[in-house]
Amino acid sequence: MKKVFSRGVLAPWIATLILFAIWEASVWVFDVEEFILPSPTATFGALIEFWGPIWFNAFQTLFTTVTGFLIAIVFGFVLGVAVGASALLYQALYPLLIGFNSIPKVAVVPILVLWFGIGTVPAIITAFLISFFPIVVNVATGIATLEPELKEVLRSLGARRLDILRKVGIPRAMPYFFASLKIAITLAFVGSVIAETVAANSGIGHLMLQASSSFRVPLVFAGLLVIAFLGIMMYAIAAVIERRFTGWATRGAAGNEYATGG
Amino acid sequence: MSATINIEGASLSYGGEGGLLALADASLSVNRGEFVAVVGPSGCGKSSLLKLVSGLYPALKGSVKVNGEAVTGPLKIVGMAFQNPVMLPWRTTIENVLLPLEVVEPHRGQFRRRKKEYRGWAEALLETVGLAGFGDKNPWELSGGMQQRASLCRALIHKPDLLLLDEPFAALDAFTREELWDVMQALWQEHKFTVVLVTHDLREAVYLADQVHVVSNRPGRIIHTRHVTLARPRTLESTYEPDFVALVQELRNHISEARQAA
Ligand SMILES: Nc1ncnc2c1ncn2[C@@H]1O[C@H](COP(=O)(O)OP(=O)(O)OP(=O)(O)O)[C@@H](O)[C@H]1O
Ligand SMILES: [Mg+2]
Repeated sequence: MKKVFSRGVLAPWIATLILFAIWEASVWVFDVEEFILPSPTATFGALIEFWGPIWFNAFQTLFTTVTGFLIAIVFGFVLGVAVGASALLYQALYPLLIGFNSIPKVAVVPILVLWFGIGTVPAIITAFLISFFPIVVNVATGIATLEPELKEVLRSLGARRLDILRKVGIPRAMPYFFASLKIAITLAFVGSVIAETVAANSGIGHLMLQASSSFRVPLVFAGLLVIAFLGIMMYAIAAVIERRFTGWATRGAAGNEYATGG
Repeated sequence: MSATINIEGASLSYGGEGGLLALADASLSVNRGEFVAVVGPSGCGKSSLLKLVSGLYPALKGSVKVNGEAVTGPLKIVGMAFQNPVMLPWRTTIENVLLPLEVVEPHRGQFRRRKKEYRGWAEALLETVGLAGFGDKNPWELSGGMQQRASLCRALIHKPDLLLLDEPFAALDAFTREELWDVMQALWQEHKFTVVLVTHDLREAVYLADQVHVVSNRPGRIIHTRHVTLARPRTLESTYEPDFVALVQELRNHISEARQAA
């Protein structure tokens, strides 16, 4: 058991190292110019050289992303519960939501700039707009697919609709909710970085745009690495919270079972 | 307090008119404080009968009255143990048992204040069914029979006037089952609630009930009612006495008739 565990922890690091090794080797073997594809060493060099501005802008991006994400959680959860609990709202709003989600968010950024000017606000709103949809859909699905048997336990006690929602609907939807958070947080990064590259004067997206216009390609890639890193961190946090609150859904994942397949 | 039940010519169909007819022209009346058992072939509509009485499903035809009033929706005086235990997996066993107290008046208003006392009730009940010390386990950490016993506690905790039990002892071994008969009998003699017990075990029916109702093949209706006048409290020894054995035999004949009359 112990051995499997430590292998599981090491695996992602080894995979990452292998990726970097292949990248480094291909740049070296094919003699790629640095302004086309910088090697990992050059990228990490830029990461260290421009540590100050990267840190500052990464913090800005993290701030806009998390702010937009938090708004999306509140809004998405409330709307998801409403849509999941009411068949009428479900029918009324679902097409609208789908339509809304089909709009590329890049197309919305110029409008946001028109309304709020260049800066933090459009980035927060874009992060919010892009990340609330999966939360709504998942929470609504979790509540709408509530097993009739669970509902009957409450109904047989003469429970009101709100009781049913509170005691079984929402708890039942929590695994769906947390699963959606993992998708939503990474989408929120996409949203804020898109907005920053178009309409901001700080943030990793802005930094990358500036770096590429002055052909400092290693810095552009350093920016990408930072975004990826932040995304992984936030995902990991969401995953830990998920396991903490919805362990029942996997029955504690006891691990004392035969592996599937072979 | 306890309840009376009057069902007259009731039909129940799944999927509305022209759907699957589970009960047709069923009539049944239960006096205040009476313990009745319902027996019949599998799939004949026994569980459906309980759902009709509890107000979970409406009658297609005929009338269903509890305490002289027509049943138009889920009743608030019912304690119900379903055929499947249906525990809420995100709650511990004791929290599952406490659920009715969070929903049913007057307890819901006092739940926070009296939580300690209520937990005491739940622990005492769990102990009577042999689950002392299992309260803090997750329901999915209990065996099927243990879950069934916990769901019996959930049906009893709020001291309902009307207890509807759907094969509550089916998943138990013979010894535990017979122990619980005595628990059930003692509880009933103490509180004098009205009980409708669905069972496949004819000895169980005769042991516990004042009246045993035999249900025909689907679509179910009551085809025979047998009054049981054996002295109480009934003991395990009495189950080997000739009049007990004769009663069981008589019911067995009625059921085999019910099964053949297709
Ligand atoms: N939710 C449902 N939807 C559709 N049909 C149902 C549903 N529940 C039960 N039925 C049907 O109604 C009939 C009666 O079912 P019911 O569960 O009342 O039988 P039962 O007497 O309790 O059987 P058992 O002794 O096997 O528990 C069955 O033919 C079953 O197929
Ligand atoms: Mg049944």
